[in-house]
Amino acid sequence: MKKIGLLIFFIILPNAVNALIEVDITRGNLNPLPIAVSPLSIDENSRKNFKKILQKNNIGSEISTVVENNLKTSGLFNPLNKDAFLQAPDIANLKPRFEDWALIKAQALITGEVSLVEEKLRVEFRLWDVLAGKEMMALAFTTVPTNWRRVGHIITDKVYERLTGEKGYFDTRIIYVAEEGPKTKRIKKLAIMDQDGANNKYITLGNELVLTPRFNPTSQMVTYLSYFRNLPRVYLLDIETGMQEVVGDFPGMTFAPRFSPDGKKIIMSFAKDGNSDIYTMDLENRIVERITNHSSIDTSPSYSPDGKYICFNSDRSGYQQIYIMDKDGRNVKRISFGKGLYGTPVWSPRGDLIAFTKLHKGKFYIGVMRTDGSGERLLTENFYQEAPSWSPNGRVLIFYRETKTDDKGEGFSAKLWSIDLTGYNERLVPTPSDASDPSWSSLLSN
Amino acid sequence: MKLYKILKNTFLVVVACLALSACATSKKSTGQMQGDVYTGTDTVEYLASGVPDRVFFATNESVLTTASRETLRKQAAWLRKNSKVTIVLEGHADERGTREYNLALGERRANAAKDYLMTYGISSDRISVLSYGKERPVDSGSNPLAWSKNRRSVTVKAN
Repeated sequence: MKKIGLLIFFIILPNAVNALIEVDITRGNLNPLPIAVSPLSIDENSRKNFKKILQKNNIGSEISTVVENNLKTSGLFNPLNKDAFLQAPDIANLKPRFEDWALIKAQALITGEVSLVEEKLRVEFRLWDVLAGKEMMALAFTTVPTNWRRVGHIITDKVYERLTGEKGYFDTRIIYVAEEGPKTKRIKKLAIMDQDGANNKYITLGNELVLTPRFNPTSQMVTYLSYFRNLPRVYLLDIETGMQEVVGDFPGMTFAPRFSPDGKKIIMSFAKDGNSDIYTMDLENRIVERITNHSSIDTSPSYSPDGKYICFNSDRSGYQQIYIMDKDGRNVKRISFGKGLYGTPVWSPRGDLIAFTKLHKGKFYIGVMRTDGSGERLLTENFYQEAPSWSPNGRVLIFYRETKTDDKGEGFSAKLWSIDLTGYNERLVPTPSDASDPSWSSLLSN
Repeated sequence: MKLYKILKNTFLVVVACLALSACATSKKSTGQMQGDVYTGTDTVEYLASGVPDRVFFATNESVLTTASRETLRKQAAWLRKNSKVTIVLEGHADERGTREYNLALGERRANAAKDYLMTYGISSDRISVLSYGKERPVDSGSNPLAWSKNRRSVTVKAN
């Protein structure tokens, strides 16, 4: 990606031959790019057929709304009001009248069409640079009609990638813990939804306590902690089949699980006689390896994306701090030295940063630091929040936040929030119930 | 003059009342904690008459206080008398910590209680340990007193 060292967020290079739009995502969102998302055009026959299959009056408009909503929540784009559009969707897709789009201040334009071809949904879409009067991208693809929301996410990913130079994160899902009931008897269920909150589905019934679900970065597997039969153990769950199994045969509590970047191992804590250490288990040959051996609490391990290092949480200095070590447990180094306590380190998929939760003077912060501990930046402060999880492109963090109870223990709620790495664009992620412990999947369509 | 005196006295009485009630309330809230360890009995249940079921901890600590050791000695005596009873020690943390660290901390607290019971002759075969971290507070409030009640290890009969 080309980085442009100017304070202006979106740069358009005028009069150059390849003067195409470029979005700089390394800076805060001060000037989102005005973009027009023309509804995907649809022929009358296809419209009627889709209406029968999907109960949606105009699937072209529905898909465009998904795209629009994605672009808006990214904070990098400002989708313009459709009422101001002068050109009809079908004509615009053939050849936009750029003057008309420039008139409403659009800098980029998305057009396209959707049709039913042999029972499949076929979409083509184009991205246009309005000011340069050029087509930037044209793509077509075919899928089953029920995948229509994913089509919207894939279009957004392609547009995002073309304009920012980085992979998108829209065709993804979030697994999290859905919560209900009073704090003293909280009921928790595993739930999964699309990144934008659609297609919410519960995976467990709430009969036993479940915590900390995490995606396998290479498949639709999840690892999590379940109190099934009052034995807190790390489990493995296949989201497609619903199959669950205990990970390893440990005599005591196993917790804080995560996958290795290649998806072949689970790294977790095992607690014995009041002491928690870090172990891995190979999912193919089931070999268990001990990684740390220290009388302190060692937990919340997370691999670097190349699998060579592990960051983790330990109180070996007396209080919770963040450490890194080689994958075999050698060369343990403390990296957090700021004021307060540090927990939940998570290595960025880009490799350069570690996200964490920090507790200081009664406040909780979500922050990031470089992998040597330098450059600490706190992104958000609140009464209580924790558990950041990275978007697959390493640009956005999702975490959860609880509001304080009053003196009677009421008024409490837990919700998911997302924030850009820049510290801008903090947003509530909609969930049907209270929610905690979010984990972001990899891109589904890669 | 007389009226003035009456008013003055009334005023003094009111001030004295205010002072007393302020005193009473502040005593009440600090009287249940020593440092930040809970010393009250609001949430305590009993395994048998005179045998409290739980001990409390300071923030981020798993060290047993003098009062906790006394409670555990009573539990040990009762367990020696009732030799068929097996127990689960449930370790808990308050909400002011990250979830995974608190799971480990709850486990450490329950094990501190287990170790002490073992030194008073209770076999480890009769004791299992279960950490709930911060998942099962007894007091759902978000204030120092509520948190102090939640930092605990509870001895629960398993059979």
